[in-house]
Amino acid sequence: MPNLNKLKNLSGKMSIVGVSESDQIGKVPEKSPLALHAEAAINALDDAGFHLSDVDGLFTAGWSTLDIAEYIGVQPRYTDSTSVGGSSFVIHIAHAIAAISAGYCEVALITHGQSGRSDRAPQERHLGIPMVQFEYPYGIIGPPSSYSLACSRYMYQYGEDRTRNAMAEIAVSTRKWANLNPKAYFYDKGMTHDDYHNSKWVSWPFHLLDCCLVTDAGAAIIITTNERAKNARKKGVNILGVGEGHDHSMISQMPDLTKAFGIKTGPQAIEMSGISINEIDLAMIYDSFTYTVLVSLENIGFCKPGEGPDFLLEKSIKPGGNFPLNTNGGGLSYTHPGMYGIFTIVEAVRKLRNEAENRQIENCNLALAHGTGGLLSSTATVVLGI
Amino acid sequence: MKNDYNKPLPIPQPESDKFWNGLKKKEIWVQKCSSTNQYQFYPRTHCIFHNQNDIEWVKVSGDSTLFTYAIVYQAPMHSFLDDVPYVNALVKLNEGPIIPSNIVDIEPDPSNFKIGMKLKPVFVNVNKNFTLLKFRPA
Ligand SMILES: [Zn+2]
Repeated sequence: MPNLNKLKNLSGKMSIVGVSESDQIGKVPEKSPLALHAEAAINALDDAGFHLSDVDGLFTAGWSTLDIAEYIGVQPRYTDSTSVGGSSFVIHIAHAIAAISAGYCEVALITHGQSGRSDRAPQERHLGIPMVQFEYPYGIIGPPSSYSLACSRYMYQYGEDRTRNAMAEIAVSTRKWANLNPKAYFYDKGMTHDDYHNSKWVSWPFHLLDCCLVTDAGAAIIITTNERAKNARKKGVNILGVGEGHDHSMISQMPDLTKAFGIKTGPQAIEMSGISINEIDLAMIYDSFTYTVLVSLENIGFCKPGEGPDFLLEKSIKPGGNFPLNTNGGGLSYTHPGMYGIFTIVEAVRKLRNEAENRQIENCNLALAHGTGGLLSSTATVVLGI
Repeated sequence: MKNDYNKPLPIPQPESDKFWNGLKKKEIWVQKCSSTNQYQFYPRTHCIFHNQNDIEWVKVSGDSTLFTYAIVYQAPMHSFLDDVPYVNALVKLNEGPIIPSNIVDIEPDPSNFKIGMKLKPVFVNVNKNFTLLKFRPA
């Protein structure tokens, strides 16, 4: 079991000093995934006012750090290719503060780059693993199939109509946030509740507009000690709490289809932070699907199991509302190259630094970012403060 | 039986040969813990409840209920294009374990499905080497 007393000693000792996307996100066929990694890394270092030669810890997912380090041009003394889906980059934050506090490295670079839309060399999974052996032959393949099986069970347990209304509200409100973000894929395109309900079925109960985008994008994060953060160009964002874990790989092995591992990682990150969940000013929740947001909010503890639909409709999650959620436009409407988790952090840091321009929210001091990876398999929660 | 079957086929591992070979004979073999009688699916070389080797293979009927389902309209691979819409499901065997499958012999419309509905096994030979385990309403 995690030792909360030890973890509390780590709370607030490290800071994020740089974040960035790659120069372009969305449709970027002219750049390789490695180029997206490197571009984001250089941009994040620039944001921090650090140099490539400062980096001594490297973290990435979907790739070996061997290839990423060589391409970018770093020689890390701490190396971590933990790859458990889109939550991985949020997990890397937990790993980076552990590595830095133990003395393995001082400046951690987390990179992401993926050409989900334009990749010339997409990867496949090992054909002997149980998921491929027992689910693929039946056409239970990929996230929409698997997440829709979980959502269908949730609807059965907690009511189809109220779940549907909540999912529609997530889709429409997230689009409204995207309409304020010039980098968002759907910056110029609105969405009504009718658009949502009329969009075609992908895998019932998911409409097309329940599903995230498939884009090309990179992003990177720089983490260091509070001491070295004083040399950064901007004020550092404190890492207050972290939690990570997973409880299955393929959907048919999920212990409870209506509860992802956020039930562990959310409460841990909040307790480690020493804050109350009600103090969170911004929630950045990985939205592979509208349903992922709904169930994650419950798992983390914003409301009780099955009460997500009421919570979402009582609160207001759209711009100007009292519960700012996925304010970059999310994986649903901003960008989702395949593993989106890192972008929840990029946006949280921008909001905490008060640099989110016309989508800035007032008095944003505490943010929670939550990643979900695989097939509702892995989760990671991070609490950030300024 | 078709020879041009082009959907993903299982690549059995040594610990799962018994399961896949059983299906060819219309038999469903699953593992259970001989200490506590809990079932585990998929087959493994150890018991996930005790990290011991107290597992035995037992033959079950396939009588089961619908645990959850989804109706796929957008084929995840080209080879499923002719099948959509088709029904994915997690099926709860009466003995307890949950297994991934498809529901067949039913119009793929949500109004026809009730979670908890009773199911029977259907053995679908896809080529001379493989039989898949699907289910239909009982
Ligand atoms: Zn046992």
